[in-house]
Amino acid sequence: MILNILHSLPQVLIDGLALGAIYAVVALGYTMVYGILELINFAHGEIFMTGAFVGTGVLFLFQSTGWLSGMPGWVAYVLILAIAMLFTGLLGVGIERIAYKPLRKAPKLISLISAIGVSFVVQDLVRFISELRTGNYIISGITLFDKNVTIGTSSLGSWLGDASLKTNTIIIIVVAVLLMISLDFFINRTKWGVAMRAVAQDRETASLMSINVNKIIILTFFIGSALGGATGVLFAQQYGTIDPFIGYILGLKAFTAAVLGGIGNIRGAMFGGLVIGLLEMFASSNLGLLTNGSFGSEYKDVFAFMILIIVLIFKPEGLFGKAVKEKV
Amino acid sequence: MILKKVALMISVSALAMGLLAGCGTSTSTSTNSTTETTKPSSAVTKSVIKIATQSPLSGGSAVQGEAIKLGAQMSLDDHKVEFDKLGFELQLVPYDDQADPKKGVANAEIISADQSILGIVGHMNSGVAIPSSVVYEKNNIVMVSPSNTATEVTDRNLKVVNRIVARDDFQGPAAADYAFKTVKAKNIFVIQDKTAYGQGLAEAFKDAATKQGATIVGYEGITIGEKDFNGVLNIALSKKPDFVFFGGLYAEGGLLIKQARDKGITAPFMGADGWDTQGLVDVAGDKVKDALYASISTDITKTPDGMKWADQYKSKFGKAPDGYSAYAYDCMTIILNGIKTASSADGGKVPVREKVRDAVRATKDFQGVATKVSFDGKGDNTYAKVFIYKFEGPKYPGTMISEVGK
Repeated sequence: MILNILHSLPQVLIDGLALGAIYAVVALGYTMVYGILELINFAHGEIFMTGAFVGTGVLFLFQSTGWLSGMPGWVAYVLILAIAMLFTGLLGVGIERIAYKPLRKAPKLISLISAIGVSFVVQDLVRFISELRTGNYIISGITLFDKNVTIGTSSLGSWLGDASLKTNTIIIIVVAVLLMISLDFFINRTKWGVAMRAVAQDRETASLMSINVNKIIILTFFIGSALGGATGVLFAQQYGTIDPFIGYILGLKAFTAAVLGGIGNIRGAMFGGLVIGLLEMFASSNLGLLTNGSFGSEYKDVFAFMILIIVLIFKPEGLFGKAVKEKV
Repeated sequence: MILKKVALMISVSALAMGLLAGCGTSTSTSTNSTTETTKPSSAVTKSVIKIATQSPLSGGSAVQGEAIKLGAQMSLDDHKVEFDKLGFELQLVPYDDQADPKKGVANAEIISADQSILGIVGHMNSGVAIPSSVVYEKNNIVMVSPSNTATEVTDRNLKVVNRIVARDDFQGPAAADYAFKTVKAKNIFVIQDKTAYGQGLAEAFKDAATKQGATIVGYEGITIGEKDFNGVLNIALSKKPDFVFFGGLYAEGGLLIKQARDKGITAPFMGADGWDTQGLVDVAGDKVKDALYASISTDITKTPDGMKWADQYKSKFGKAPDGYSAYAYDCMTIILNGIKTASSADGGKVPVREKVRDAVRATKDFQGVATKVSFDGKGDNTYAKVFIYKFEGPKYPGTMISEVGK
């Protein structure tokens, strides 16, 4: 049994890392908004999904105009990433303006409900638009990098199997890491980042220190949503097929990742995302083996969420979060 | 202020006028048409007979659901003139069950309330047909399904439920037979999607393959709507199967094929009628090559008559028929024949639902476009067959390579 698990481990690690990187970047969006507004932006999963659709749509546009064959694959990749990020960034700001800003003084539960409402509206809007074009809302896009590389991990030891790696998986991991590093740099090293952290800590005091709180909130939504949109593009490229409902369950898992790392903590969200991705892939590959066939791989989500519950029971602030002290 | 009120009054009255006008035109046309007909026994106005279709018109299986609707519509249009002479006006009422049992049952209640609906073509999904048919049974509305394969659909011995295609306990074993005897598969990996359809099919396949002497090296489930199946495929990779069978629909099936080929799993993949659609090719792309599927629907273009029918379909709707189109056409024809029989036994009046139900069940040796039909006591078609197809390239439909009768 152990040998079997070890044998598939290199492949599981690679698949898990790709999935985890996606969760991690989406989790950043949840954590940023929560850190600033203490609001769980449940529409974030839908922003991710919109990004996937915008990226795929732009690729289709390139193809129909014939530009796609004329440009190198990486140019197209960068272009769709940039367009999707801009679009979803603005979408995020728009959602904030319409659905959250008027409710900023209202109890937290009200804005939470508003967020869930927005997520349904966006789902159906995207579904409507994509159905207009094809009559079917499950869209199979164009994959730019479709090559496979075999990594000879078996040469390290006969008990390890080889792993195969899609070129696109490398791109996902690289882009995700780049996004995470630049965000980390932005938050910790720039003036805007300092202002953002100040608003997160105490909105009233920050505004007294001549920080424009509204601007910071808009910026937060823009960056968080742009990250979500970028991940949507990566996701569409990796799996090839998207539908308007991919954001819901993925958003839920990314949110779990954010909670696992300690919600409001940027590095925690990255870590949580990777952990959830790896755990999920490990569970779906090995649950049957571990339980002797009584639980199949379809129970992988249960496994991941159980870990979450255990963490929350024993360390409710998350792995990286600091326990909030009661103010006296 | 006053201006506002006046404007409001005007718009409200305009709306009311519009409504009245709408009703007015519809009544006048119906009286016009009654004067044209000379049916002595029928009532003063022409009686409307409605047939409903229930299939997913939106959602993941909309491609197949739409094909069912269009096939039924074509048969209805072909019979319009004939029923016009009998003094009946035929109408199709398509319902979208969204492949969702809750929605299907809700629609079934609406259908039952409309007394002019005498039959239903559908459903597409067994999981939706099973709870919905309970409502039909209560209201005696006959249902003929072009695609339900789960054994439970007819095994409950409901009077209203009929299907013209093969059952899972025939389709699954036929696929297993092909895998074992023709492909010579010894180590088979089975994946299913945990629905009434996918699980039933996978179990039937598994049992038959084991009986034949093949080894099932893995039996795993996936969740509908997921996009990442690397976990399940990693298990398959470590088990080194020489054949993979999937019980489920095309959206997941296409992704499974694609991701498996990316991983370097070269074993042949086989699905069943859930793969019998253009949708599979759209999702899997050129990776679909060499994928196999057992289907309950025949390649309609194999015979000259079928070819002619397919051309008519294409010129009428602007797209080629999907796997279930011809079957939906036959379902509609069977229901209409039932209505005719019941009506002539009743002196040309609009028949009651019970009579239609019994007339449809009594169908014997009916030759349709896609299949010959005789219903047995449970509503299963005794002439149902299973066909094996293979994709030669990214082009639907695949090539029909084998045919299994009972």
